[in-house]
Amino acid sequence: MVKKKHDAVLLEKCPTGIKGLDEITKGGLPKGRPTLICGSAGCGKTLFAMEFLLRGAMDFGEPGVFMTFEETPADLAKNFISLGFDINDMMSRGLIAMDHVYIERSEIEETGEYDLQGLFIRLGAAIDSVGAKRVVLDTIEVLFSGLSDSAILRAELRRLFHWLKERGVTAIVTGESGEKTLTRYGLEEYVADCVILLDFRIDEQISTRRLRIIKYRGSSHGADEYPFLIDEGGLSILPITSLGLDYPVSSQRVSTGVPKLDAMLEGKGFYRGSTILISGTAGTGKTSLAATFADAACRRGERCLYFAFEESPSQIIRNMASIGMDLAQWVKKGLLRFHSVRPSLYGLEMHLLTFHKVINEFDPQVFIVDPISNLSAAGSVSEVKSILTRLIDYLKMTNITTFLTDLTRYEGSLEHTSEEISSLIDTWLLVRDIELNGERNRGLYILKSRGMAHSNQIQEFLLTNQGIDLIDIYTGAGEVLTGSARAAQEAGERASDLARQREVARRLRAQERKKNALEAKIAALRAEFDVETLEVHLMAEEEQKNQAVQAEDRLNMAQLRKRGPSAPRTLRSKKKTKG
Amino acid sequence: MKTVSKGKGKKTKIAATEDAWNLRLYVAGQTQKSITAFANLKKICEEHLAGKYKIEVIDLLKNPQLAKGDQIIALPTLVRKLPEPIKKIIGDLANTERVLVGLDIRAV
Repeated sequence: MVKKKHDAVLLEKCPTGIKGLDEITKGGLPKGRPTLICGSAGCGKTLFAMEFLLRGAMDFGEPGVFMTFEETPADLAKNFISLGFDINDMMSRGLIAMDHVYIERSEIEETGEYDLQGLFIRLGAAIDSVGAKRVVLDTIEVLFSGLSDSAILRAELRRLFHWLKERGVTAIVTGESGEKTLTRYGLEEYVADCVILLDFRIDEQISTRRLRIIKYRGSSHGADEYPFLIDEGGLSILPITSLGLDYPVSSQRVSTGVPKLDAMLEGKGFYRGSTILISGTAGTGKTSLAATFADAACRRGERCLYFAFEESPSQIIRNMASIGMDLAQWVKKGLLRFHSVRPSLYGLEMHLLTFHKVINEFDPQVFIVDPISNLSAAGSVSEVKSILTRLIDYLKMTNITTFLTDLTRYEGSLEHTSEEISSLIDTWLLVRDIELNGERNRGLYILKSRGMAHSNQIQEFLLTNQGIDLIDIYTGAGEVLTGSARAAQEAGERASDLARQREVARRLRAQERKKNALEAKIAALRAEFDVETLEVHLMAEEEQKNQAVQAEDRLNMAQLRKRGPSAPRTLRSKKKTKG
Repeated sequence: MKTVSKGKGKKTKIAATEDAWNLRLYVAGQTQKSITAFANLKKICEEHLAGKYKIEVIDLLKNPQLAKGDQIIALPTLVRKLPEPIKKIIGDLANTERVLVGLDIRAV
């Protein structure tokens, strides 16, 4: 914070308005000082300078002077109208002044001492005419070919830059690249404050423009080579390498569009804003998965941007209709946008810029690239990785859920992306084909998924006319079976299960019968026992009775034998009376 | 100041002549170079074009907008407006030989 303040006090900056440049330079070009833009022919120096001037006039209220040494103002106006800048209109509104300095050596004879005061006067007059705060000299080196006395020229250039500083205008001076020096005539010697190099390279017939800040006195700046693009919107630079890892993360979850796949991801799906990669060999259903995800996003009412590198939008729509998905409705509703280009159409940087442009225009919640592996056709592995890193960083910053597909070559390991971006991926799904018994089936599993407890199961991946379905694959008896083998195995198992169940039931019934028989037997024995018991009881009773009778008999007999005169008589008389 | 007023006086005198060499000298104020240039020009004209030339001195400090028309960058610049084609000679005109070549006066 303190440093920032310090910076601002030290050096005031002049915003260029060129997309991305102000971020790299942390605010723009040094205000009130000259900046040198150098580069080879056709690298965009004039455009850079012109855009600086025009944007200054339009967006920052700083009128400017364009002093051209090469092209005529008419040509320039014609060239820039195609980029959306109406120079003639701006000149008539007094925002821009143009001066064409024409030097033809053959028409000029040099006879002794001279200076370039004429140029100063012209420039001064032009600056005064519009109250310019910005000046472009494009390209002042022409003076060296027009005038022969380079000692005078050098002294005058030094004076010119000094004079520009004194006038307090922010100037851009362009210069053609030299063989060993930055500019052919060593302009960098005079313009010591800020030097920007533009580069235009062609690798394998694909051109890439790059920009580098070679020096920026009194200010920190991005030191990398930044790719830039010239299109109908002018110049845009991608300062994406300056992105950090401090993007916000979301704990919101989004459905994958396949309920069973959601189930594998804690039943909730992917994290919003995460990066999902699905890799697999050809024909494993990557596009179908991507389209399903897109479909699910549109169903939630989100916007989805689909970059297709292999198929045309109509072909994708047709193919997805065959698995029961109507993508055309989303396109019609404006929720789904396809962007189909051949990867080899232009260079990687251009692809990245296109991504950015379309993303900024469409502002999607879901972004799909199908497949990223095709990008390697447009650049080397390290370049693709760098592009994808920057893209993914950018998408994470903006909390866009990214779904990438990657075509794996057969010879390569499946758990390896051709672009070596695995470390950038949050959730990585793998679809592979499983060949067995003359069949080719698809298996899907989650290789990794950061921040969630995900399933470790391989699922069989089916494309039906109802969409994608996942089935647990057969993993019994120490083998993994899919497709009809799985079905057969399962049917066989079901049959043997049934047989076993029957057997058990039969045994159970037999046992039941046995039990019943046993119980019957027990009952019979018990009955017999009861009968015996009864008999024994009866016998015992009889015996008791008998004994009682005998006892009475004995008593009677005893009485009869021992008859006494009184007692027995009374007893006998009693008996007799009774009787 | 002296030189310029002299030149202007000359110009008005010569204006009457028909066979005119119309020369224009661009300068920026009274610098040593502009004074030298005018003196050198005057001398050459008197020697080679006596009576048929006129010299117009334009001070760009006073009329800066005039610099654009003749594509003036260096100063001093001598422009031969007539006879055609237009020729330009820059510098203080110290090298008489080259001025003569530049003005195409050799033939005369």
